[in-house]
Amino acid sequence: MSSTALDAPAPVGFAERIWRINWGLALVLTAIAGVGVLALYSAAGGRFEPWASRHAVRYGAAFILMLTVALIHPKVWLAMAWPIYIVSLALLVAVDLIGKIGMGAQRWLVIGPMQIQPSEIAKVAVILVLARYYHGLRKEQASQFLYTLPPLLVILAPVALVMVQPDLGTAMMVLMAGGALLFVAGVRLWMFLVAAAGAVASLPIAWSFMHEYQRKRVLTFLDPDRDPLGAGYHITQSKIAIGSGGLFGKGFLKGTQSSLNFLPEKQTDFIFTTFVEEWGMVGAFVLLALFALVLVWGFSIAFRSQHHFGRLLALGVTAMMFLYVFINSAMVMGLLPVVGVPLPLVSNGGTAMVSVMFACGLLIGVNVYRDAQLPRTR
Amino acid sequence: MKPFRKGDGERSGLFTRRALLLGGVQGILLSALAGRLYQLQVIETHRFATLAEENRINLRLLPPSRGMIFDRTGQPLAVNRNNFRAMATSDRGRGADVLVERLDQILNLGETERNRLLRDLKRSRNAQPVVVRENLGWEDVARIEFNAPDLPGVFIDLGQSRDYPEGELMSHIVGYTGRVSDEDLAGRDDPVLQLATMRFGKKGVERSLEDDLRGRAGAVQVEVNAVGRVVRELDRTEGQPGSNALLTIDLDLQRFAAEKMKQHQSGSVVVLDVITGDVLVMASTPGFDPSTFARGITHSEWRDLLDNPERPLHNKAIAGVYPPGSTYKMVTALAALESKAIDPYTRLPCVGYLELGSIKFHCWLKGGHGSTNVVEAIAGSCDCFFYEAARRAGVDRISDMATRLGFGRQSDLGLPGESAGNQPTRAWKQEKVGKPWQHGDTFNLGIGQGYMNCTPLQLAIMTARLANGGYEVQPNLLLAKATPREELGPPPPRSKPAAPSLRLNPQHLAMIRDGMNQVVNSGLGTANQLRVRDPALAFAGKTGTAQVKRITERERDMGITQAQLPWHLRHHALFVCYGPVDNPRYACAVIVEHGMAGGATAGPIGRDVLVETMKRDPSRRSDRFRKMASR
Repeated sequence: MSSTALDAPAPVGFAERIWRINWGLALVLTAIAGVGVLALYSAAGGRFEPWASRHAVRYGAAFILMLTVALIHPKVWLAMAWPIYIVSLALLVAVDLIGKIGMGAQRWLVIGPMQIQPSEIAKVAVILVLARYYHGLRKEQASQFLYTLPPLLVILAPVALVMVQPDLGTAMMVLMAGGALLFVAGVRLWMFLVAAAGAVASLPIAWSFMHEYQRKRVLTFLDPDRDPLGAGYHITQSKIAIGSGGLFGKGFLKGTQSSLNFLPEKQTDFIFTTFVEEWGMVGAFVLLALFALVLVWGFSIAFRSQHHFGRLLALGVTAMMFLYVFINSAMVMGLLPVVGVPLPLVSNGGTAMVSVMFACGLLIGVNVYRDAQLPRTR
Repeated sequence: MKPFRKGDGERSGLFTRRALLLGGVQGILLSALAGRLYQLQVIETHRFATLAEENRINLRLLPPSRGMIFDRTGQPLAVNRNNFRAMATSDRGRGADVLVERLDQILNLGETERNRLLRDLKRSRNAQPVVVRENLGWEDVARIEFNAPDLPGVFIDLGQSRDYPEGELMSHIVGYTGRVSDEDLAGRDDPVLQLATMRFGKKGVERSLEDDLRGRAGAVQVEVNAVGRVVRELDRTEGQPGSNALLTIDLDLQRFAAEKMKQHQSGSVVVLDVITGDVLVMASTPGFDPSTFARGITHSEWRDLLDNPERPLHNKAIAGVYPPGSTYKMVTALAALESKAIDPYTRLPCVGYLELGSIKFHCWLKGGHGSTNVVEAIAGSCDCFFYEAARRAGVDRISDMATRLGFGRQSDLGLPGESAGNQPTRAWKQEKVGKPWQHGDTFNLGIGQGYMNCTPLQLAIMTARLANGGYEVQPNLLLAKATPREELGPPPPRSKPAAPSLRLNPQHLAMIRDGMNQVVNSGLGTANQLRVRDPALAFAGKTGTAQVKRITERERDMGITQAQLPWHLRHHALFVCYGPVDNPRYACAVIVEHGMAGGATAGPIGRDVLVETMKRDPSRRSDRFRKMASR
């Protein structure tokens, strides 16, 4: 991963930019989406309809979007960060007011034939704004408390709006991805400790604000056998599906738990379970390894970027990817409460796919434009 | 750190350190996921595999078809009828409320049915189906199938329900079935009894032969989905239908007897084969309609049956107890003869009453019978003779003889609800009444009154044992247990009872039978009007008129007749008989509740039934048997 070849800045042509696109990463992403097609085909009982075929088509479109985004110069994103953020906040407010209710929460906004989930856009927007903000700060400034207040607001505003929906999973993701960015940007460690202490102290308050179904989920997570047929049903059935898969799985299209509908939400949040029941621990390790490859690629892109905006952007996207994968799979394995986070590129669902591929486009863009000269905007 | 030297080296240095830390944390967390997968998929995989199979595979029992019940000529008494029923499953009541609501809209369940169904659904274990409604018409079946997508877990099941073609006529013998109760389960671990559609014998033969009629359940392993709908069948073991039962009852004869009883409010007729003990007739009127139980009896119907003074639910042949009255005199006579308290030549006087201290014991014949021997005393039913005979023999010997003839204990019939009657002894009175036995008690016992009571079946058993030469025959209701395909051969011919002998002096027995012969066939007999001229059908018998209420001196003086009393205070009318008189084969006992006079009320019924029985004997019956076996 040496970048000595870039010591001498030279004008980079279009062909060179195409060459610099991380085609290996694109291949890994495609492999992950392929797993998604496989799992969705099986979840539909061995049919391409209604999920697998659309998933493939959607991925194709999102792939082109990713390449397009990757070829856009970072200075555009530097300029667009705030507008995108403002728009995403506006959409979040809109969804709280007029959004469509699904699964007990308002998450969807219907615009013409499209259904969009503004919280997915907000995730990317927060990363963009934070990267832009810290790109403009010197190291001493970044470590100061006062300079930490604006980014906190940037994070907490969408978190609050998403919590209202209520969508605990996305709120936690934005909070933690934002926190990761603050961490690598140089915010003092004591501030994290204070924040953590404050979070623990405010747990009872958060509890009182939670919806009944959210409380149930938390309680169920703490003790799934409390109500094995009610709230604990999902976790229990998911664990049964994963565990019964064993080392090599039950075989493609032979998962009993998913084909007989014992699995809830088998095509979205529990797609990992559907896949693992049929492909076993071997399949699960392969899938997790593919995601780990994406993370490694992300880190290496971050390290190779010669501008701070690129570093922070790449790391933010990587942290987001990690959170998606970790929260989703830990949830279906019964390690975390059920919070409605999809598995990126595998779960059925359009907005998440678009926002993930958009983010990956940003990530690859950082590599393509790793030597760009970006002025400090302040 | 070559790449980061361009101006922001400090920033990138910190970034790199912290990013590596972050990456490390992510790596650890991903490893934790891998560890969890190892735990679930390698260490605990067997447990989860089992759980997945339990989810998927549902063992359903196939209820066996219940054995049918026939009379001795092969006419059906209890059969199975196809029954379309709506069934529903739900996993421990999940979604039950919505389901019941929808079913209500389609089938109009009504309040009580709704609650019952909801309770059943919530109590059902292992997603075993519960009954929504039985006996669906085509329209309801179609409506449920049409709405199937809205009714997860509901399906139509072709089951069987019990049908009793003879209805009231055989109601007491055949009985009926009902839902399995907790008491029924006691001591039986047959899993098929857990099925909601299963029915259990509650009364009569349905009850006494329950374990034979039920059969063995088959089982089918099915793969089910999360809402309990069957996806496919994996394995099937066929069950075994219950054995059919062929009863000793002759349905035509039973109908004949019931017709004869119809003119009276309440009573019972029993006909026994004195050689084999086969119960040919066991009628008890009034009866009830067993189909009300098969379809589920309503509360008001149940109350009506219970409150009826004629007690239609009661099988009076085995559960009704009555003082035997004069029909008991054969016991007293035999006890006295066997104990040598009297001998065949003993003559005792009768002036119309006997005095014991200050109490007068009356004979039914006001002027008295004069001097009689035992044969004449039976023929004329002289009370005074038997007061004295009883006094001489003593209560112990009488009770002993009565017990040997079948009184005071349940028979081997096996029907539920059979009464033992009461054969009083000294010890019994001391214990139950708290007073020692008195001479007056012996007098009363001698003519079958007082503490003595018995069932019509016991009277028939006594008559049979006297008629067959003193063999301890037991009544028997089951001719054969037959599996459906088994051919029935004719019964083995028997001329002498297989039962053990009571070792009675044949001469004494002959005297008793002579007395019973004269009751009907001599001018001095109390039932001479019943005499049958045809020698092949001639029979012997004994009348009995049992007091329900003590006759006071005042009533005796006023000459109040029985017909003037309210129904429930009138005397019971009894008649026992056997025939043919010189080669006895059948014994018959008749009780007409509050029928006033044995000879006049019960006698004609006994005669008609016994004569009809003899007319059907025996070659004609075996002809029919052969015909049926060859079918």
